[in-house]
Amino acid sequence: MKVKEIVRLVNAKVLTGEDKLDYDFQCAYAADLLSDVLALTKEKTVLITGATNSQVIRVAEILDIPMIILVRGKLPSPETIEFAKKLNIPIIATSLTMFETCGLLYSKGIRPCKNHPLHKLSEGGVKKNEGKG
Amino acid sequence: MNLKNLVKELNLQLLHPEANLEREVTGGYVSDLLSDVIANAPEGSIWITIQKHSNIIAVAVLKSLAGIILTGKIMPEKETLEKARKERIPLISSQDNSFITAGKIYKLFSQNK
Amino acid sequence: MKGKDNPQLKLAFKTDPLDISKAGEVSTRVRRELQKLNICPEVTRKVSIICFEGEMNIALHAEKGGTVVIEVWSEKIDILFEDSGPGIKDINLALLPGYSTAPQWAIELGFGAGMGLYNMQRNSDFFEISSEPGKGTRVYSRVSRFKCREESINEPKKSC
Repeated sequence: MKVKEIVRLVNAKVLTGEDKLDYDFQCAYAADLLSDVLALTKEKTVLITGATNSQVIRVAEILDIPMIILVRGKLPSPETIEFAKKLNIPIIATSLTMFETCGLLYSKGIRPCKNHPLHKLSEGGVKKNEGKG
Repeated sequence: MNLKNLVKELNLQLLHPEANLEREVTGGYVSDLLSDVIANAPEGSIWITIQKHSNIIAVAVLKSLAGIILTGKIMPEKETLEKARKERIPLISSQDNSFITAGKIYKLFSQNK
Repeated sequence: MKGKDNPQLKLAFKTDPLDISKAGEVSTRVRRELQKLNICPEVTRKVSIICFEGEMNIALHAEKGGTVVIEVWSEKIDILFEDSGPGIKDINLALLPGYSTAPQWAIELGFGAGMGLYNMQRNSDFFEISSEPGKGTRVYSRVSRFKCREESINEPKKSC
């Protein structure tokens, strides 16, 4: 589904990334909490979120998130929008709720991406209360 | 539709039996931010979230929500389950993540119109 | 044999205490440096996530901030976080996904889902945490550079 179709579907305002309206994406994930987003291991997932802080933009860059859909009508600060512009992360904003946004996207066939399972955890371990270093 | 039908239609898992399932569900609300739920969740809606600590029960009571669906196989903390039983707040588990759970519920509601 | 005495790249940062707005700057910077070295996206992502979560933990809990040191070696990347914050009372509990000790102000902002240490651990090939309540915490993570998967045909081949 193309970004411009989503913009129409959820009646969104394009905050940044006007040049990315033809971008075609397959999958999306809804999360408000950063750590939930950071648990995603599949790249190119569009993020649906109500979090408007600048950390979301950083995390989006770290995870190669191709676009952020902000819901609930909240807008990020101008500084955060500038930051997103600098990092090249397109953001569109809708006043619909997250439920409605997910519902509409789902009804158009958008699904979450398959995540790569992370490898079984690691050697090393846990040293308790031994002081640092 | 009522909660009982919703749970049945979507094959969700009830986490405790002390719940009023005849309750009519007015819609869905997806949010992991408690302050947002407190400000905006409509009365009678079913709350879809990954938050599992016991504060969620107080919020559900405060906002007269139809119940809480924990998504992505997330299990509630022990205290959360206890409070849910005590307050008779339906606590439900979904194997799918919030996006899919919301999508399916939205679809159900659209079909029922 | 090439000497392994010196890392290819060493970065050291001091993070500001309790400043959420700045948390993440180190991970953004580290990410840039790794991309400059042509480290493959998968390893870069893992290191960035580990950095981000580690920085976030320091920002959320350590009153005096802390330090982050990254060393890039030919076969691995080492990341070390140290702070003199409150320490962790029960490390096993803290490692569980969803267990959070984040302060209320952070939870209200959408942080503190309790996935930080868990996310760090699962992105690491070796992970070690030690802490003493009242003294501070040390988290060491190693990411192997041998785990890079096949890049897609369209992307230029990157070393790992």
